[in-house]
Amino acid sequence: MRSCVPDYDAVSTQDISAALDLLASGEGWRPIAGGTDLMVLFNAGKMPYSRLFSICSIPILRSIEMLPNEVIIGAAVTYTQIRRHELIQAEFPLLATAASWTGGIANQNRGTLGGNIVNASPAADSSPALLVYDAELTLLSKRGERRIPYRNFHIGYKQMQILPDELLYQIRLPRHSAKLVQYSRKVGTRRAQAISKVSLAAASRLERAAIQDIRIAAGSVAPIPLRCYRTEQLLTGQSMTSDLIERARETIRSEISPLSDIRSAEDYRSLVTANLLQEYLESLR
Amino acid sequence: MRRFSFTVNGKQTAVETYPMKRLLDVLREDLGLHGTKEGCGEGECGACSVILDGDLVNSCLIPAIAAENATICTIEGVSNHPIQDAFIEVGGAQCGICTPGMILASIHLLSREPHPTVEQIREGLAGNLCRCTGYTKIVAAVEKAAQSLS
Repeated sequence: MRSCVPDYDAVSTQDISAALDLLASGEGWRPIAGGTDLMVLFNAGKMPYSRLFSICSIPILRSIEMLPNEVIIGAAVTYTQIRRHELIQAEFPLLATAASWTGGIANQNRGTLGGNIVNASPAADSSPALLVYDAELTLLSKRGERRIPYRNFHIGYKQMQILPDELLYQIRLPRHSAKLVQYSRKVGTRRAQAISKVSLAAASRLERAAIQDIRIAAGSVAPIPLRCYRTEQLLTGQSMTSDLIERARETIRSEISPLSDIRSAEDYRSLVTANLLQEYLESLR
Repeated sequence: MRRFSFTVNGKQTAVETYPMKRLLDVLREDLGLHGTKEGCGEGECGACSVILDGDLVNSCLIPAIAAENATICTIEGVSNHPIQDAFIEVGGAQCGICTPGMILASIHLLSREPHPTVEQIREGLAGNLCRCTGYTKIVAAVEKAAQSLS
């Protein structure tokens, strides 16, 4: 059943300090950005918050800044902004690709990278790319700023390292990925607009035929977007052989914990995760 | 309730409403613009598509607060657009529920890609679902409109 509209209050904030004041007020104010997740809950009568402040009009949250060593993406930057940004396309193609996977064009015009992160779905399209790129999150509150590696941000299903008075402010990506061999693939029911059954992102480089700097992350196969450390450890420093690929397949299947649900089955998700990893590793040969 | 101002189809307008009322409902109930349809109510089907400050959006996912002072174009605002002629000539509309959204998504696409490939048309309309046409004639209508506009 739909939510009762008069029961909800909403305001628009124009700057960060007003947003942080509302978060610190203890009056139950929560941020809303593009609304592509929260409004779905609202329309279904499942919105958990009754007081919302829009953060879409705060310019700093809508900007992408390229610094010599990192790119800083405001939390309310949309998927469309990410898709169209030439330097992100060039240096962070997995993120630009993930943005193109997310919903249809109308969803991409409103949905935000920060919203994708704090909605905390294990199936979030951007998460594997952010894990592979060693993203760091900046959280702001009236108490100050703190940074946390994205790989430590999700701690359980829909549980995050963010406090009630903190706002996800920026996503920072170090600019050292351009020389890596990068890969991502999403498997869903249909190419457009489907929520993933499995997704995988990976990057690495070969140094005298040995795998180095490998990072592998998977979506929809665990309670959180998963960085696959054990599989990375197995592969690091190794030369590519059929035997190594077979062991990597086994390792990643032991590392993930997929469920059977409305979108897919446990066995299928496990097998496809291994297949995607193999597809990447074969491309390195 | 609060007063919200918008520019809708070129006309400055204001309504007294709730900040979380959906733009879809503001358009249909407060402004009497019934061309914008409700399909799924969760941003999947595109029936409620409008153009807001130049961007295609699903109006079922936009609270009034997020549309305040915005410039909005609905299907009523493009009644003489060549894309509508193309949909009629090619047979791109059957039952018509998806058509307003399809037209606006097509206009949004053509504004960025005046000569889209079939692949680009399919991607541009991927968020708009149609249960009648099988899409072939919709894609053909967009191709025809692109030709007539160039």
